[in-house]
Amino acid sequence: MSNTAKTLVIASAVAAAIAGTATTASAQAKEKCYGISKAGQNDCAAGPGTTCAGTSTVDYQGNAWTLVDAGTCESIELPAQADGTPRKGSLEPLERDLPA
Amino acid sequence: MTTSQSTFHDALLDAAQPIPLGLSDGQARPAGRRFSVYRNNVAVSLTEAMHLAFPVIAKLLGKQNMDGLAGIFLRQHPPASPLMMHYGEAFPDFLQNTEQLAHLGYLPDVARLELALRRSYHAADSTPIAPEALALPPEELVNARLTFAPSMELVRSPWPIHAIWLFNTQDDAPKPQPGAQDVLITRAEFDPEPQLLPAGGADWIQAMQAGQPLGQAHETALAAAEGFDLGATLALLLRGNAITSVTTERLEP
Repeated sequence: MSNTAKTLVIASAVAAAIAGTATTASAQAKEKCYGISKAGQNDCAAGPGTTCAGTSTVDYQGNAWTLVDAGTCESIELPAQADGTPRKGSLEPLERDLPA
Repeated sequence: MTTSQSTFHDALLDAAQPIPLGLSDGQARPAGRRFSVYRNNVAVSLTEAMHLAFPVIAKLLGKQNMDGLAGIFLRQHPPASPLMMHYGEAFPDFLQNTEQLAHLGYLPDVARLELALRRSYHAADSTPIAPEALALPPEELVNARLTFAPSMELVRSPWPIHAIWLFNTQDDAPKPQPGAQDVLITRAEFDPEPQLLPAGGADWIQAMQAGQPLGQAHETALAAAEGFDLGATLALLLRGNAITSVTTERLEP
């Protein structure tokens, strides 16, 4: 391959990569969603010696969050609370389902 | 009578050693049993740390085996730093040198992947370039040099470590198939994400890290893998917010 041809291969590959990110950027966006994670499964990859990993102790704990696709948090379906009050995910920490 | 710190430390990690002399409780009685409690707490908490640090290894080995292995490891490699989030740096080599695990050749590289994920999580923040910053005239592009985010990590393996990691962390992941896999870890937002690199992708990134201009790194990657796909590799880096600067040499007019 000539140098010009190689340069063109590189240029078109880079152009494709740039175009690809433009269309996927919004689909990749995440938001913090409170009150949806099962006990001990809230998101955190921090490892030992930190206080965030899997520290929620009750299901759907209101002040524990999980990353979800942007725009989906408040429509996530959850089982109703014991007294029948419906549960929903929230972008802000919640007062419900806090550990005793 | 007092005991030295090193005697105390050694006895803490080795139950075969006598309880250090001179330890007493608040009423000046010998405190041997309290030392045993302490000894146990150290071992148990470090074992728990190893489970948290290497969840996939723990899952692959099972709780009992992981407990046993962690018990040996923590005595050979007690924490060298109070920063517990990085504990276990010597674990991949330890796994590699454990004869009974020689038939599970992929374990050390899976442990390296888990370590790299934690390093990425705790790495410094950085500002990524906008993808459009790469929209340069072709002649400038081949001479461009890139720098990468501190949170970017590369783990290369002759084993299918990405598939093994997925299979053991996600419910619907397919069963791993034999083959080498190179993994790129990027931290686009808060959590690091391991992604499978196409063939040659790791060679290209390593060449760029070594300071080669883009065109030369492309040649290097093609030499390593004929079907190298620059576009796919770049897309992973851009989506992962992993490129932090582009510099080009201005060409003489």
